[in-house]
Amino acid sequence: MGFVSRGFRGRRRDTASSSRVPPGQYTVTDFPVLSAGPTPRVNLDQWTFSIEGEIDEPKRWTWKEFLALPSETVTKDIHCVTKWSKLDTTWKGVSVDTLTEGVETAAEFSTVFSDGGYTTNLTLDDITGHKAWVAYEFDGQPLQPEHGGPARFLVPHLYFWKSAKWVRGIRLQKEEHPGFWESNGYHVRGDPWQEQRYWGD
Amino acid sequence: MIKWQLGTVVELRPETPRVASLYLDVPDWPGHRAGQHVDVRLTADDGYQTERSYSIASAPEDRRLALTVERLEDGEVSPYLVGELRVGDKLELRGPIGGFFVWQATDDQAERPLLLVAGGSGIVPLMSMLRHRAAASRKPPACLLDSSRTLEDVIYVQELARLAAAGDGLSVHHTLTREKPSGWTGYTRRIDAAMVEDVAWPKDAMPAVFVCGPTSFVEAAAQLLVAMDYDPRWIKTERFGATGG
Repeated sequence: MGFVSRGFRGRRRDTASSSRVPPGQYTVTDFPVLSAGPTPRVNLDQWTFSIEGEIDEPKRWTWKEFLALPSETVTKDIHCVTKWSKLDTTWKGVSVDTLTEGVETAAEFSTVFSDGGYTTNLTLDDITGHKAWVAYEFDGQPLQPEHGGPARFLVPHLYFWKSAKWVRGIRLQKEEHPGFWESNGYHVRGDPWQEQRYWGD
Repeated sequence: MIKWQLGTVVELRPETPRVASLYLDVPDWPGHRAGQHVDVRLTADDGYQTERSYSIASAPEDRRLALTVERLEDGEVSPYLVGELRVGDKLELRGPIGGFFVWQATDDQAERPLLLVAGGSGIVPLMSMLRHRAAASRKPPACLLDSSRTLEDVIYVQELARLAAAGDGLSVHHTLTREKPSGWTGYTRRIDAAMVEDVAWPKDAMPAVFVCGPTSFVEAAAQLLVAMDYDPRWIKTERFGATGG
């Protein structure tokens, strides 16, 4: 251990939860908002969720159909690349496993896309196997627009920019296409436990 | 990876009662674009570390790297940076980071007028853009709309006045949301459509818009501009979570 910041002590560390906080992160109790542009306002009558790309019969749900899908309520820790982590967040939504049930695909990668043009890339391994959801409730309430409502992607084991707000679908792909932040200096996978924040981390 | 390096504090400049600029000599600084940020890492003598992100205030052309930091009383890092840190101390950082909320005078987009909308310490990355513009040979028209709580909370007030007085196409407009000082000729209300119409270009001029501030400010300002029919694709936002910093 080399450098020490003269005069810095830091907060008392909460040992009970510290094993749940990845390196370089600190915990918050509120819910900060981060996005690169204005918050899109979505008309639910025109909202759809699609699975397209490397798939024989693309799938599509309207808002009503989506709400009728089997849902799950999960409690997860989330980690933002801007350093905050929020423990025990509760979400209701549809598991990607449910959405991809019966889908045959040669794809190993995906691009999750959103209203407003935002995209993020994820391997199929990272979004299947009970690891990812399309969430429409947070803490028992409809998801607010600034937090990605009406629905956002939820991939809590990766940095939170992968949990795309205002999500509208998944494009299945044979190759990896870096998404919005992944093209703007951020890591292609973004595992907080390996501190994969930026290119080359 | 973007490597951690040690900068030396060469100057501390109070900007407001709660905000100070840290000028750093960073020997291996790779250069940056206006609008980018750095990660700062503090290490206690028992090995405990914590990191935060701070926007860069200096222009790419400046010799020293400047960060401008608002002290949050319940924060863990900002009271150290604004309060404990002294000239001669070393500070560990890495960067530059972020490739989206950036403006370069040499880009194609730089032909568009530049509309900068700042709330509180959200002015920091926008100041980097204005300092960069001042140093550039090609200067598009620019407008800063800067919202602060009170007059003493206005960051860079004198430098902004100097930049605006240069007569090179920059206009600077302040609004105060919690105070009406006697003799004040600027606005004293939250940013609204009438104010934007007063100071900025109409949407047909297709300005490149950068909005930075606390979340509620950015949400309101971006929503206002979209409602006024500015192209959302040209509105870039950066939010300062006033959280734990």
